[in-house]
Amino acid sequence: MDITINLTDGVPIYRQIVNQVKYLVASGLLLPGEELPPIRTLALQLKVTPNTIVKAYGELEISGVVHKRQGSGTFVSEVRQQLALRERRRIIEQRIDGLLAEAHQLNFSGDDILRMLRERKAAMDAEADAEPAEVKKK
Amino acid sequence: MGQTTVVDVNNLSRSFHGKRALDGVSFSATAGHVHGLVGANGAGKTTLLKHLLGLLRAATGSVRVFGLDPVRDPVRVLGRVGYLSEERELPEWMRVDELMAYTQAFHPTWDETYARQMLESFALDPSKKIRELSKGMRAQAGLIAAVAHRPELLILDEPSSGLDVAVRRDILDAIVRTVADDGRTVIFSSHLLDEVERMSDHVTMMDYGRVTLSGVLDDVRRGYQRSHVRFVEHFDQPPVLATALAMEGGGRSWIVVHSGSIEQFHHSVLALGGEVVESRDATLEEIFLARTGRNRQQVEAA
Repeated sequence: MDITINLTDGVPIYRQIVNQVKYLVASGLLLPGEELPPIRTLALQLKVTPNTIVKAYGELEISGVVHKRQGSGTFVSEVRQQLALRERRRIIEQRIDGLLAEAHQLNFSGDDILRMLRERKAAMDAEADAEPAEVKKK
Repeated sequence: MGQTTVVDVNNLSRSFHGKRALDGVSFSATAGHVHGLVGANGAGKTTLLKHLLGLLRAATGSVRVFGLDPVRDPVRVLGRVGYLSEERELPEWMRVDELMAYTQAFHPTWDETYARQMLESFALDPSKKIRELSKGMRAQAGLIAAVAHRPELLILDEPSSGLDVAVRRDILDAIVRTVADDGRTVIFSSHLLDEVERMSDHVTMMDYGRVTLSGVLDDVRRGYQRSHVRFVEHFDQPPVLATALAMEGGGRSWIVVHSGSIEQFHHSVLALGGEVVESRDATLEEIFLARTGRNRQQVEAA
């Protein structure tokens, strides 16, 4: 599972794992029924205390993203659809907040940003029309 | 997660040649958790750990490991403890395989398969003498000797000090395995704060022989914020802000680490004609620098 821990932005590690697993599920990179790595394996991979993984998986279970099967592991749940929308929104809103904060610093107004977003989107669409779209992979 | 207390240190003080090394230190470690110990050189981390191992006798205060006094009951305590120190005091004349056999003799719980696996994965030559090993290989040999008997408590004193990334990862792996495999306990000291932030469930900060901060890492972190503040006015000296612990920056733009009431902090920024541009939880490193007062700006201002 492709998860990166960043220690510079002050977000607790378990929360980073929760967010990234939710993102992987929301974006379809983790599919319903798929098994998450065992606690020990992910702890070794990320070089974090195993209790952090326990906490992250516990939180994911509470929010219905994954479920534990007795005697085996932790699996991605089926209820992806509704959750995906909420999560997708949350992920993109975080990015927007960051963008707005930076815009504010650089003295752009909200309207400036809206206009620039539209321009960039138009430019991207034009590019996409010019050359056939590649299959997007992350 | 159980809350069995494995280590309980109460009001421990210690002086060497009239100099206070530990000053009323209380510390406890619960089973199944990783306890990180941070502090500048000379803060008292090694002295504290040596008390846990019974290498030093508590002059004032008490030390209990598994409910036992490690000075009075060294055999029963040390049989259940694994220890790796920065100095890696290993018998120089022994070969690697002799070191293994020697350590095994003290520990009936020695796991030979685990020891062999580690030797192989480290590519350590069993016939080499300890004195012929590189710094990293010595650490690896010391690590096997510390963990192959699957101790209930693993104590690592600055295990990563002076080692390259690959060996540091071996040490972190050993910590993860110790905790993940059957809920055993780790206490490790380190000056590498990112390592401590990744590996610790609990963190204890020491400074000048005192415990300045101790708690569940996520709780400790939540108590500290790092904010970017901008003022209309230009400040040559760090402006005085409520709840601020450390400041860096200059002129109109300052980065502040603060703790306590966020509201109070915002009020005092506003009162000076400033605004908080951005806030987030502080990292362990930011908290450490703010708490130990070794922040460059603060030192200059003092």
